[in-house]
Amino acid sequence: MKPGIEVVGLYVRDQDEALAFYVEKLGFRVHTDVGNGDYRWLTVQHPEQPLFQLGLFRPGPPVLDAATAQTVRELVAKGAMPPLVLTVDNCRAAFDRMLGLGVEFTQEPVDRYGTVDAGFRDPSGNGWKMIQARG
Amino acid sequence: MSEPPASQDPALLRRLLRAKDRMDAASHEEWPVGRLAQVSGVSEAHFARSFKQAFGIPPHRYLLTRRIERAMALLRETDRPITDIAFDTGWASLGTFGRTFRDVTGDSPSAIRSRGRATAHELGRVPLCIASAAQRPDLTTAVSEKRRRTADGTNEPQQQESP
Repeated sequence: MKPGIEVVGLYVRDQDEALAFYVEKLGFRVHTDVGNGDYRWLTVQHPEQPLFQLGLFRPGPPVLDAATAQTVRELVAKGAMPPLVLTVDNCRAAFDRMLGLGVEFTQEPVDRYGTVDAGFRDPSGNGWKMIQARG
Repeated sequence: MSEPPASQDPALLRRLLRAKDRMDAASHEEWPVGRLAQVSGVSEAHFARSFKQAFGIPPHRYLLTRRIERAMALLRETDRPITDIAFDTGWASLGTFGRTFRDVTGDSPSAIRSRGRATAHELGRVPLCIASAAQRPDLTTAVSEKRRRTADGTNEPQQQESP
């Protein structure tokens, strides 16, 4: 295995809901889905980026106490988590396809500085930017 | 130090976020509380209280920050006439736009335009809504209060408008 960042996690309100979203709507695939008691280690992977996993974690024990978990759930729900960036080959085509699948867009594709820029949210409230790769 | 904000139901917060996102996406449109409440699926009274609790400022003032932010982006990144920018960002009159813009940002639109142009090309690396949000005015004080304090030359403690 090559050294480097393997997993970066984001918080989601429901792991099954998030899994369906990232796999069925964004085209990711499941990398790891392992339960350990109440804790579920769930990561997905972009098909073009096999060395990187996106973790889909639910705030709660054993990592977070109850009060902290509630605070985090509220922060996620009000869109307060940092932005994520997804690069695509064709932003407008991806937008049309995803919109057709019911993805919640916050910004339609905009031409800007030689590329195209759009924004969407996952069901939990996490905000994504979708940017067309510069050719 | 103020108390930590009261807890809010994450499901409600997610619905409030949709209303906020809709204002972001079309800040030039009219967004009366009734329309926002409908987007969120809550009553009007509940909406106004909850939105401020969640995001720190009332919905109308939030919309105002978005309109000014959008105007600032257009001033920096385009050569369009100020009049067109004012109308396209939702202002009914050029006079209202100019006065509110100065009250909120402390600068005239033309001054913002000339200063902003120098660094515009560096913004290309930043996603659009992040670059735009970086220019968002801070409106924890109502515009009318800012205007009054400027006119009086006073610096009284800030007074929050009631929802």
